[in-house]
Amino acid sequence: MPLKDYIGFCILICLVLLMPHLMVNDYYLGVLVFAAFNCLACIGLCLLMGYAGQISLGHGAFIAIGAYSSGIFTTAFGWSPWAAMAAGAFAAMVIAMAVGIPTLRLKGHYLAMATLGFASIVHIVAVAATGFTGGPAGMSGIPGLRLFGYPLDSDLKYYYFAWAAVIIGLYFAFNLIHSRVGRGLRAIHGSGDAAEAVGVNTAVYKIQVFALSAVYASVGGSLYACYVNYIDPGPFDVMHSVMLVTMVAVGGLRHLWGAVIGAVLLSVLPEILSMAAAPLRGIGIAYRPDYDILVYGGILLLIMMFLPDGLFAGIASAGRSGIAVVKKYARGGRIAGK
Amino acid sequence: MPENNQILELQRLRKVFGGVVALDDLSFAVKRNSITSVIGPNGAGKTTVFNLITGYLRPTSGALVYKGSFLKSENPHRMAAMGIGRTFQNVQVFADMTGLENVMVGRHLRSSAGIIVSGLLPSFLRSEEKQVTEDAARCLEFVGLAQAADKPAGALPLGNQRMLEIARALAIEPDLLLLDEPASGLNSRETIAMGELIGRIRQKGITVMLVEHDMELVMDISDNVAVMNFGKLLAEGTPREIQQNMEVISAYLGE
Amino acid sequence: MELGVITDWLQFLFMGIQRGAIYAMVAMGFNMIYSSTGIINFAQGEFVVLGGLMMVSLTMVLGLSLVFAFFVSVAFVTVVGILMERLTINPVKHPSVLRLIIITIAVSMLLKGGAMCVWGKGSHYMRHFTEGAPLDFMGATVMPQTLWIIGILILLVIGYVVFFNFTMTGKCMRACAINRDAARLAGINDRRMVMLSFALSAAIGAIAGIIITPLIQMDYARGALLGLKGFGAAVIGGLGNSLGAVAAGLLLGTIEAMAGGYVSSHYMDAIALVVMLAVLFVRPGGLFGKSEEVRLKEF
Repeated sequence: MPLKDYIGFCILICLVLLMPHLMVNDYYLGVLVFAAFNCLACIGLCLLMGYAGQISLGHGAFIAIGAYSSGIFTTAFGWSPWAAMAAGAFAAMVIAMAVGIPTLRLKGHYLAMATLGFASIVHIVAVAATGFTGGPAGMSGIPGLRLFGYPLDSDLKYYYFAWAAVIIGLYFAFNLIHSRVGRGLRAIHGSGDAAEAVGVNTAVYKIQVFALSAVYASVGGSLYACYVNYIDPGPFDVMHSVMLVTMVAVGGLRHLWGAVIGAVLLSVLPEILSMAAAPLRGIGIAYRPDYDILVYGGILLLIMMFLPDGLFAGIASAGRSGIAVVKKYARGGRIAGK
Repeated sequence: MPENNQILELQRLRKVFGGVVALDDLSFAVKRNSITSVIGPNGAGKTTVFNLITGYLRPTSGALVYKGSFLKSENPHRMAAMGIGRTFQNVQVFADMTGLENVMVGRHLRSSAGIIVSGLLPSFLRSEEKQVTEDAARCLEFVGLAQAADKPAGALPLGNQRMLEIARALAIEPDLLLLDEPASGLNSRETIAMGELIGRIRQKGITVMLVEHDMELVMDISDNVAVMNFGKLLAEGTPREIQQNMEVISAYLGE
Repeated sequence: MELGVITDWLQFLFMGIQRGAIYAMVAMGFNMIYSSTGIINFAQGEFVVLGGLMMVSLTMVLGLSLVFAFFVSVAFVTVVGILMERLTINPVKHPSVLRLIIITIAVSMLLKGGAMCVWGKGSHYMRHFTEGAPLDFMGATVMPQTLWIIGILILLVIGYVVFFNFTMTGKCMRACAINRDAARLAGINDRRMVMLSFALSAAIGAIAGIIITPLIQMDYARGALLGLKGFGAAVIGGLGNSLGAVAAGLLLGTIEAMAGGYVSSHYMDAIALVVMLAVLFVRPGGLFGKSEEVRLKEF
């Protein structure tokens, strides 16, 4: 992993430590906790989309699998939340492999639609299988997590815990892309034929990264279930899968930092919009949270049309040209000084 | 199995696409540690031969004998594992990766780290990564591209990209290396360097098979030349024999 | 008793044909754009929703006559389709598949959000095209609206065949679908053909929405599932093969209705999707196509 990514980690850790001191109340801390769950799913999705070049419009389903595993195994079987989380991750991995083996043979649009279909099926099952999932009414009483015997019973504690999970997940992902496995994945994205020619088993790698990304999403879902202690099928609809792709695409497919930026930005966007509602009303615009989807769609469309590599690439290139300008002036200054 | 001086033998290979016969009963052999060129007009089926040998296509009928045993129709990555390396006619470097990383992908089969190990430990803590980096750097140096190690492969000039593809193919430590038009798009200076590189590859004990249109290069470096036309073998022999073969001359000059 | 079984079966069949006709139309819309551009338009379902909701407003709120409202609604959605192509597809040069997918997803979010702002979250009632009691057919009831749906589907299919086989514009569109570069060399304005395909596809989507709304009560959020099932029909029929899509749509609708009737109504929506996935996995070229053709196409 290059030095600049270690610097990125330092910045991220500083921000995570700093944020609680800037928050006026626990509500906004809660928003950042939800952002952390989305971050985890987006890191996995970014590995799949940005590095292996496979699209999935079905990752909301793996979040659901994680969340419902946590819910079912803790409430119905009395497992510890940690064991339930592990079971969820394992289930997500197995299901991803079962779905992935036929699905990943498909390309482009076919793959997108097949994963979207899978997500719809999972959502329908979550609504219809009332015996297991509680159906539309959902299931409550999911116990919270305890870390080394200490309950994570406040927003602040859970905030630190969730973001620690993000940082660990991100660290794992960064190590992975700068390893033998990651090079294999990036090679598949660059040219599947050439990757095969040097011995990369592209089919197996695609399935492995699909399974890994499912595990990320599932852990995000488990953490979510243990935080809110109650789940219903609502948040796991197809729209959520589409939102995850939106987050990754807006932040930047080609880079893990892009996924983090996109996930945080779009997770807090509704709060920013609702804060903006009051001043907007002042100038005669009645903004309602219902309009959020328009804002999301608009942002996604604009980014894809004019900044297809996402915000992170935009920021990075702006930064680079800024540095170049400074260097040029510095050099010019030296020459003038001679 | 008795020691055989043929590394590869094509036995009555036939390939039909839809109704079009791309290869028709093609048979010839490649000697161990030789440089064998396959030439012929466009559409003669040369690249199809390469794609059959490396597993990208399956023959309609016929067989391939590699190192004395029949090659089963398998996936390309299995062929790489058996020691067959290749480059592509339309260069296929991994554009977003650096030159060194491109070649490091070539060390894939000679290293073993899986997802868990790779994710948990950063690369500077793993000796295998260090080894892979060193091996890849050596391959880059061998083709004369050490200066391109840190540059994104997509930004390199075409000549360097072709060299990079060869370095990547060499990194798998092949016994048989298939080069698909390595000199196409190169200027004369680069072509000379390419010819010299192919000679050095053979000196390492690697058998080289190439498809090429640059006749000067082909006649200069080949031990053996196979001429194809319309999916059939037209002639086979040393460069000198081929140059004097009337059939070949008429096929190229069009009667 | 015997008769009861047949009656049930017939009832499910009619139900299936009625649903299937809609999937068939959505699938035809997918195919139009796919053939001319290679794009799968993820906003296809939103065209259906917009058509239906517009029709509701024009007839139930403004009280316009059915025929007039029908044409105005179709024209409105057609304009939306043209705008979509002009503003979001046309300006993007050399896009990747992934980028195009995400762009059409973004448009679908905008259309869905727009529909919600204008028509709200509730579902909208619309009266049937013709008054009159349901017909009785061997004990099974058939809504007159179902007959309308079948009739309009037949008209659309005839129109489709005539347009693509006997008109110059239709032939030009087919030429573009087969080989865009060659078509351009022959003097066909391929960019106009792309725009036209979006217009036609939007129009077909709107018609589907208009004729189904009296039976299902349209709301803003229905687009995704309608689009997905329509895509399923397109895949089962073989992407790009519109007559195959019509057959596949009817088949899919019937399977769904039978499964809903005999197995479980809760899982009815899932069954169509499972069938779609099964076909994608086993025969990605569709039931009526050769699987090799798909692999040759570039995605």
